[in-house]
Amino acid sequence: MLGALGHKLRVFLARVSSIVWLLGDMVAEVGDSLARGRAPVRRAIFFQQTDRAGLGSVPLVAMVSFFLGLTMALLTGYQLRPFGQERLVPGLITIAFWRELGPLMTSVIIAARIGASYTAELGTMTVAEEVEAIEAMGLGPLRFLVAPRLAALVCLMPPLVVVSNVAALIGTFLICTFQLNIGWNYFIDLVYESLILKDVLLGIVKSVAFGGLVAVIACFEGLTVKGGAAGVGSATTRSVVTTITTVIGVDTFLNMMQVGVLPD
Amino acid sequence: MALRFGEKTVLDGVNLEVWPGERLVVMGQSGSGKSTLLRLILGILIPTAGEVRLSGRKLSGLSRRQLNEIRQRVGMVYQYSALISSLSVRDNLALPLEELTRKKRDEIDQLIGEKLESVGMSGAETKLPSELSGGMRKRVSLARALMNEPELVLYDEPSAGLDPVISTVIDELIISTSERTRAASVIVTHEMESAFRVATRMAMLYQGKIILDGKPEEFKESKDPVVAQFIAGSTEGPIGEGIEDERKAEDNPRGRRGRRRRE
Repeated sequence: MLGALGHKLRVFLARVSSIVWLLGDMVAEVGDSLARGRAPVRRAIFFQQTDRAGLGSVPLVAMVSFFLGLTMALLTGYQLRPFGQERLVPGLITIAFWRELGPLMTSVIIAARIGASYTAELGTMTVAEEVEAIEAMGLGPLRFLVAPRLAALVCLMPPLVVVSNVAALIGTFLICTFQLNIGWNYFIDLVYESLILKDVLLGIVKSVAFGGLVAVIACFEGLTVKGGAAGVGSATTRSVVTTITTVIGVDTFLNMMQVGVLPD
Repeated sequence: MALRFGEKTVLDGVNLEVWPGERLVVMGQSGSGKSTLLRLILGILIPTAGEVRLSGRKLSGLSRRQLNEIRQRVGMVYQYSALISSLSVRDNLALPLEELTRKKRDEIDQLIGEKLESVGMSGAETKLPSELSGGMRKRVSLARALMNEPELVLYDEPSAGLDPVISTVIDELIISTSERTRAASVIVTHEMESAFRVATRMAMLYQGKIILDGKPEEFKESKDPVVAQFIAGSTEGPIGEGIEDERKAEDNPRGRRGRRRRE
């Protein structure tokens, strides 16, 4: 039992150190490129990835967040109404989304939608020796393949989180108007009252960190695929599970840090 | 040079040289380490013992940037072409020049046109690799390998999976490229007809060692039982032990899986 646990811990630590090495090598390749007077990432791939990860994800992120905001407002309103405290609903949802649920939900959606496709794409390229061919040409495969994907997710996560938060508030507003008799002006006042800079900044920091985590883990899983098509399939599953678990774990850690270091 | 993966010895004391204009064919059974040899030449794998030198320069101990500079002088044609599937033929060929040189777009396009013409693929610039046949992909892969005017071109099973006619076309392309550019070529194959067609020199890899290195005629006349059996494609001879093991494993896939699980 202890032996198996020790083995799993060793495997986990080896994977973490491999991901750190991958990041280090990518930074070194980007540095080499800058030293040669080249762009840090290939622009065409960066814009292709931002289009896919950003614009392509807006409808899904907005829809999921809208329904989540709507459901949360409905349930909290239902619970608070007997106490005459339904005016707390807009503030509650605002804080929950800007600080926590916006970055978390967006990251989970991006991990499933974009992280999985990164792993499958890079995994297929690895199996087809395309990654090795890039290396054999004397080009840095990490600068070419990982850096644009990482940059795309890091840049696009904050705007996507804003989309998520706004969509959730629209859902909340609909419930507030039709169920809780809170008018538009009062709703906006309650939202502004509860929104503080610290929560907004924390949400942005989280979204950048989660975007980076999803991109790096998904790319790592893709680049270390072994065993052909079956290997790509299992790496994609592993990638989604690992990214979602890691994002939730890091989110918990950041919340504990926030409560400990930056209490209200 | 030697290479070991844990307990397994892949290459054991391999010593080979290849000169400009020469076409060295490395032969051997599947899994004998031929493709691994090419990866060692490219510096993708590092030998456990010994060294690889290109134009007298040792690959081991080089920084990433130095290694990448060396790699720009080597072209590699992969068994399954390894063209980047998301890029068009033009972009595949332009990639090394756009990333590694200061050439302008017009100049790059002109070079792409020339290289595609030299492999008989003019007009394929806008096509995606998925729109090409196996032989066409291999020709584009050769054109990509030649974009940087390499001193050494490596071919990993250039005829694998191609019909005999296309296979001959590829072999003739290898010969004409070598004669035109005077680049040294290392061709890894186990297809005898193709090997004798392109080789100016041959080497046979068996159990991690080079057991014969010489002119194609020496191979044809060789009395070495392994070489003779391999050239004849016979099942009788010293290579048979390996074949028996493979047969047993194929006859008993359950046993094979069981062994793997226990490992």
